[in-house]
Amino acid sequence: MSIVFYLLAALTVAGGLAAMLLRNTVHCALALTVAFAGLALLFLNLDAQFAGFAQILVYIGAVAILVVFAILLTRGSETPKDGVFSRSWLAGLAIAAAVFAVLGWAVLQSVRVLPHETAVPVVTVQQIGVALVGRYVLPLEIVAVLLTAALIGAVIVAMHEKEEHK
Amino acid sequence: MTPLAGYLLVSIGLAGALTRRNAILVLIGIELMLNAANLNLIAFWRYGPHPESLTGMMFAIFSIAVAAAEAAVGLGLVIQIHRHAKTTDLDAMNRMKG
Repeated sequence: MSIVFYLLAALTVAGGLAAMLLRNTVHCALALTVAFAGLALLFLNLDAQFAGFAQILVYIGAVAILVVFAILLTRGSETPKDGVFSRSWLAGLAIAAAVFAVLGWAVLQSVRVLPHETAVPVVTVQQIGVALVGRYVLPLEIVAVLLTAALIGAVIVAMHEKEEHK
Repeated sequence: MTPLAGYLLVSIGLAGALTRRNAILVLIGIELMLNAANLNLIAFWRYGPHPESLTGMMFAIFSIAVAAAEAAVGLGLVIQIHRHAKTTDLDAMNRMKG
């Protein structure tokens, strides 16, 4: 692994840590954007250009903006006086540490068959499009239905029902 | 080392989702976990035996689409809960009945 990977991984993990540790909620959203950008760069570093640019468009372009909108609409930028962590934070932290310990142990114990040092796979957008309407056409349709349902559902859930005047 | 970075990010997201009080930050933690899973999918696609079959990358692209839908619905729910209960503090939301 190259030095570029370690730099990008450090950036991404630092962004994720900051997003979960900072007190101000708006700062958390900005740190989340840094983590998303680091992940997009990691995708590009792994020769997955399409996924990297989709990550930039969808996450930095849409999800981060949605999160900021939600924070400002719910006045979440006001830091609560009695701490930002839940009462049961110790149990949550222990569970997360245990999960990471198990996963890290599994990674370090595994036999090194990867990486296959294959040549850089040439993936054109045309190939992805052909695969999407060929082999992956059923998942594509299901995702289309899911996105439509989620859009309508989100609008209905967040819709402000006016009080009816008599 | 890429899976290890991915699992570290999963654990950070899990810790945040389990310990933060603000509902929006819990959603942010879940988004981090989904993204870390995408990183692992892409890494195993790139260094796997058949990168030309596009399997892992397609999985990651569909996962991005599903995560975007999840974020839209989740944040809409948080806004509605805030309108109803005047708070997004999860410790204060301790009853199911409106």
